[in-house]
Amino acid sequence: MSAFAAPTALGTSVRGDVPAVEVDNLTKVFRRRDPKAGRFTRRRLPALKKVTFTIERGECVAILGQNGSGKSTLVRLLSTLLLEDGGEARIFGHDAFREARLIRRLVNRVSVEASFFKKMSAQENLSYAARFYGMTPAQTRTAIPEILAKVGFPPERRTESMMNLSRGMQQKVALARALLTSPVLLLLDEPTTGLDPRSKREVQEFIREVRRTHDATILLCTHDMAEAEALAERVGLLDRGELLFLEPVAEVKRRYGVETLEEAFFAATGRSFEEEQDEDDELREVFG
Amino acid sequence: MTTIGATMRNELIGLGGFVERNVYLTKRYILWDIAFMIWTIANTLTIVFIARVENLPKAKENELATILLVGAVIWAFLGIIFEFMTETVAWERWEGTIEYTFMAPVSRTMHLFGQGAFAVLYGLIRATILFFAVAAFIGLHVPHANYGAAFALLAIASVSFIGVGMMTSVLPLISPEKGAQLGFVAQGVMLVVSGVYYPVSVMPHWMQLIAKISPATYVLRGDRASIVSGAGMRWADVWPLVVIAIASMPIGLTIFRIGERHAKRHGKLKRSG
Ligand SMILES: Nc1ncnc2c1ncn2[C@@H]1O[C@H](COP(=O)(O)OP(=O)(O)O)[C@@H](O)[C@H]1O
Ligand SMILES: [Mg+2]
Repeated sequence: MSAFAAPTALGTSVRGDVPAVEVDNLTKVFRRRDPKAGRFTRRRLPALKKVTFTIERGECVAILGQNGSGKSTLVRLLSTLLLEDGGEARIFGHDAFREARLIRRLVNRVSVEASFFKKMSAQENLSYAARFYGMTPAQTRTAIPEILAKVGFPPERRTESMMNLSRGMQQKVALARALLTSPVLLLLDEPTTGLDPRSKREVQEFIREVRRTHDATILLCTHDMAEAEALAERVGLLDRGELLFLEPVAEVKRRYGVETLEEAFFAATGRSFEEEQDEDDELREVFG
Repeated sequence: MTTIGATMRNELIGLGGFVERNVYLTKRYILWDIAFMIWTIANTLTIVFIARVENLPKAKENELATILLVGAVIWAFLGIIFEFMTETVAWERWEGTIEYTFMAPVSRTMHLFGQGAFAVLYGLIRATILFFAVAAFIGLHVPHANYGAAFALLAIASVSFIGVGMMTSVLPLISPEKGAQLGFVAQGVMLVVSGVYYPVSVMPHWMQLIAKISPATYVLRGDRASIVSGAGMRWADVWPLVVIAIASMPIGLTIFRIGERHAKRHGKLKRSG
């Protein structure tokens, strides 16, 4: 079995006549301790406010946003790790919150931190994870070396403990883990943040390769504007939980009459993208 | 293959994944395991030596030492199961893998059962080593011991231990900071009321009532009888264990599911604070 072939069991749950992702008025509110108002006071913190968008099958969409804008919250909602406080999300026509078991077969994810059992090797981490998706030892024996080779992971380091690997290497294993289960929707949450320039380029190159060879729809969350522009067909801007736009880069530029996405961000929000968050945003810190 | 057949097959492979992961971890942490084993043996000796304090006749002393040893071994066994079940959430949160496990298409039943199955396997091996190491060290004489019956009863009790462990394993989901400690509290309470080093009859009446619903009570009583006087498995010990096992599994799973929903509603799966 090729590492890129979709398992046959998926056939029935992936409908061709519906968009890959439909998000409608999706809202998520967290309650946080308010340091100013005292120990037991909680403050409601809207992380996503009535977000609506659609991703077509096979499309790669990038969502740009500063730290704390709600990107990871969106990814977690789409991967059955959070329950919504309003609105809907459908993945290939299936309710993301009420059909969790089915959604889990279709989705996989790469997040900013690598998230592995650090004492175990890459091979071991991938093996047990693949079992959760129904892959047998006979299947992973060939699939794991194959997929690791594809992400450019040196084969001789497969059995080395993960904690000896660089961030860039670990992130490649994370990509391999996500692709091993042949997801039809791939959620990439800042996959290149914190990587050295070379690893970053390699990971981006691999994402392109996945797009060429794999029937996957990709949602890429990033705060790297060049990355969004280079990899995605449409770019969305998430600002403090609100989706300001989601369209092809050329259209964004035309609408705001600007040359770059940085300028578009400024035109849309009145703030510069790199700028530190203001006082009011003190509570909005990063959660991976 | 039918859809149900395929689902069942995937679930069993998933269960195997949890066992496999624990095998890898045990291999990686083997030195720690050996150290922990030595600690457990030392700890058990501190209890079993109490039998010598009273200057009892040799046979009496031997019997008391055996009773204490059985208590200590069950305590250690239960400790392993509770620790593994509590770590279902706590360890994964520490490594950062928890979200990947919870978003995988394997049911929570298989997840918790896989974790429990490995704990039982691992716990039985440790309990066996502990028993024979300490028995050899203090020269315990148990010529009539019915090990088969003792082992079988412990295996039946394990099902309920896993069920109760599921209930405590949810605690770190609800309280990321204090949940794991609460798991140890549950373990301690269960053993105190079950008569770990003494007969249940020495406790106040209200504690004896709680003892009736604790699976540890029956396994302590039955295993003592099997090791000391070679008794076979007795129905009076078996049926309560079966009833508690049948009840505790669904209750444990339900409690875990409620905790999981709570964590997903309030974003507690990942957050460390
Ligand atoms: N589990 C959580 N509990 C409480 N607040 C959270 C949680 N996750 C995120 N938040 C808050 O929600 C907002 C959005 O966070 P996040 O989605 O992580 O943003 P991003 O990924 O764009 O940096 C932030 O203000 C963050 O502090
Ligand atoms: Mg984030």
